[in-house]
Amino acid sequence: MSAGQLPRWVDLGLIPFLNLAAAFLVSGLVVVLIGENPLEAVKILVWGSLGYGEGIGFTLFYATNFIFTGLAVAVAFQAGLFNIGGEGQAYVGGLGVAFACLALDHYVPWYVTLPFAILGSALMGAAWAFIPAWLQATRGSHVVITTIMFNFIAASFMGYLLINVMKKPGSMQSETRTFEDGGRLPFLNDIFPSFGFGYAPVNLSFFVALAACVLVWLLIWRTKLGYEIRAFGQNATAAVYAGMPPVRIIVVTMLISGGLAGMMAINEIMGSQHRLLSDFVTGYGFVGIAVALMGRAHPVGIVFAAILFGMLYQGGAELSFEMPSITRDMIIVIQALVILFAGALEHMFRPTIVRLFTPSRALETKEA
Amino acid sequence: MNRFSKIVFSAVFATVLAAPAVMADPAIVYSVGGKFDGSFNESAYSGVKRFEEATDKTVREFTLERDAQSLQALRNFASRGNTPVVAIGFNQANALGQAAPEFPETDFAIIDMVVDKPNVRSYVFKEQEGAYIAGLLAAMASKSGTIGFVGGMDIPIIQRFLCGYKLGALSVNPDIEILSNMTGDTPAAFADPVRGGEIATSQIKRGADVIIQAAGGTGLGVLQAAADAGILGIGTDSNQNGLHPGKVLTSIRKRVDNAVYDSFQSAQNGSFEPGIQVLGLADGGMDWVLDANNKMLVTEDMKTAADAAVSRISDGTIKVHDVITEGACPV
Repeated sequence: MSAGQLPRWVDLGLIPFLNLAAAFLVSGLVVVLIGENPLEAVKILVWGSLGYGEGIGFTLFYATNFIFTGLAVAVAFQAGLFNIGGEGQAYVGGLGVAFACLALDHYVPWYVTLPFAILGSALMGAAWAFIPAWLQATRGSHVVITTIMFNFIAASFMGYLLINVMKKPGSMQSETRTFEDGGRLPFLNDIFPSFGFGYAPVNLSFFVALAACVLVWLLIWRTKLGYEIRAFGQNATAAVYAGMPPVRIIVVTMLISGGLAGMMAINEIMGSQHRLLSDFVTGYGFVGIAVALMGRAHPVGIVFAAILFGMLYQGGAELSFEMPSITRDMIIVIQALVILFAGALEHMFRPTIVRLFTPSRALETKEA
Repeated sequence: MNRFSKIVFSAVFATVLAAPAVMADPAIVYSVGGKFDGSFNESAYSGVKRFEEATDKTVREFTLERDAQSLQALRNFASRGNTPVVAIGFNQANALGQAAPEFPETDFAIIDMVVDKPNVRSYVFKEQEGAYIAGLLAAMASKSGTIGFVGGMDIPIIQRFLCGYKLGALSVNPDIEILSNMTGDTPAAFADPVRGGEIATSQIKRGADVIIQAAGGTGLGVLQAAADAGILGIGTDSNQNGLHPGKVLTSIRKRVDNAVYDSFQSAQNGSFEPGIQVLGLADGGMDWVLDANNKMLVTEDMKTAADAAVSRISDGTIKVHDVITEGACPV
C-alpha cells in the first residue's frame, strides 16, 4: 500500500484534504458540544486568518516561524533523525540574532545587520544541536532524548543570561534593550503598503524563510550531501555499506537542522520583538514537528502546512475573541485534532482511497 | 485580495461583525498565565467579578495564549469602543505603548508596569514591602532559626520579592538562615505544584519551619507540603490562609483586584486619570492577612512588630531595597 499506487494529486492533494476535513468535522462536533454554532466558528476562523490584510499578515508571520522549524525537523527527518530540540535551538538562535543586532544596530542599516543575524542565529542553533548530534553519531545516545533534554538546558541557560548578564537595567521583564533601527527588519506593510497588512508583524524574514525552502530543496534533492542524507535515512546499513560515513552525515544533518531552527529567531527577535526576551519561542519548535509531518518533509508541503498552522494560530485567536465561550484551550483542542488527523492518523483513509482508485488504474494499464 | 472578494467577505461576515452592539463596556486582557491561575490573574478576575456584580455591566475578557497577541487584543477591544481596556501583566507593556497612541479617546490601564502615555493609568506594586512583612513574621515564628522561600520562575519580580523577604527576616534575627529555591526557568515553573511540594520538603529536611511561596500555582504544593509536615507556610497574592487553617502563618496580598476595580469604577464615574499609581503597604495595595484561620499562629508580639514595620515603611522610616531599580540585593 505504498504511495506509488496512487496518482500524485490524490496522494498530495486529496488525502491531506480528507484528513483536514475529518479534523474540522470532529472540531465542529466539539464546538456544538459547548453550545456554539460550528459554521459561524469556521467563518470567524477563516475570516480572521485570511479575510483582511492584517489577518493575512498575522497568518504569514506565524507561518514564517513554522516554515523555519518545520524545515529543521524535515531535514533531520530525511536522514532518519527525529530532532525534537527545535524549541531549544530556536531559543539559543535568538542569542545569535541579539549579538548581531546589539553590536551593530547603532552603526549600520538593517541590511548590513541581517547577514550577521542570519549567520549568528544559524551558528548558535547549530551549536546547540552539535552535542546531541555528536552523542548520537558516536555513542548512539538517541537524539529524541538528548535534544529534548537540551531544550531544558537552553531554557536555563537563556534564563541565566537574560536575568544576570543581558538584562536591561531597571526592567521588570527579563529582556535586553530594544534594538535601534539598524537591528529591525522592515515590516512588509512598509514595503508593500497596498496589501494593507496593517499592524501585523509579518516582515522581511518571510522571504528569508522562502529562500531557505529553496535552498533546502536544492540541498536534499540536488546535491551529493543531500543524496547521502536521503540514502542514510532510507537505509542506514546500506548507506554505510556503500561507503557513506555515518558520523559525518548525522552530525552535518543535525547542524543544518539546528541552524534552520535557530533562524526562526530572526523573525521573532529582529523582525517583530526587536529585543531578546525570555520564552519567545513558545512552542513553535514543537509545532514544527507537526508541520514537517504534514508537509511530508518536503519544502513545498511545509510552506502549505505552515500557512495552515498560521491560520489556526491567527484565526484561533480571532475565534476566542469573538466567541468568548471558545477559550484558548478549545483552540488548542482544535489544533491538536488537526495534528492528530493529519499526522498520526495519516494512513486512516489511505486503504479506502487506494481501493477506490485501483480498479480504474488497473483498467488504464490494461488499455495501455 | 481583490476588491470583489473583499465585498463578498464583508457581506458574508457582516452579521458576525455587527454582533457586538453594546459599546463602552470595559475590557480586560489577561496575561499568558491564564484567568484561573490561582494568584495574579485570578486576583484581577475577582476585581472584574466585583465590578460586574456592582454595576450590571459585562466586562469583555480575553486571555492571551502568547505575548505576540497582546497588541492585537488591545487594538481589537479599543476599536470596538470598549473603555477602559485593562492589560494585566508587565509583558503587555510594549504592546500597550503602541496601542495607546492609536486610540487617544480610549482609556487604558496596565498592571505591574509603567507605560508613559497620556491615556494610560499604570498600577505598580511594591512587592518588596509585603515580602518584608512576611520575612519579619516568618523569622519571629521560626523556632529552628531556618526559614524557606520557594519562588516560581527566576525573573526579576520574584527576586525582588525574595530580597524583601530576606531583609524583613534579618531585621528581627540577624542570625537567621534563609533557604531559597526557584522552581524553574520557564513559565511552567508557576504551574507545577508537585515540584513545589518537593522543593518545600527538601527545605523542611534542611531545617526550615516556615516557608513562603512566591510561585503562583506551584505555591499550592508548597503550602500543602508545609501543612503535611506540620510546619507553617505563607501564602501570596490572594488570601490563602483558609487553604490549610492553622498551617498558613499569613498571606501577603497584592491587591490587583482593587487596581482593576478602581480603573473600571473611575472610568464609569468619568474620573479616570492617567498617570502612575504606586501601590504599597501605605495605601493598602499590599497587605498581610489576619483572620480566623491564622489568629492562633500570630502572637501579640508578632502582630505589634508587623504593624510597627508597616507604619514605618509607610512613613518612609524603613526603605525596603528594590532590586529592579536599585540593583542586586544587599543581603
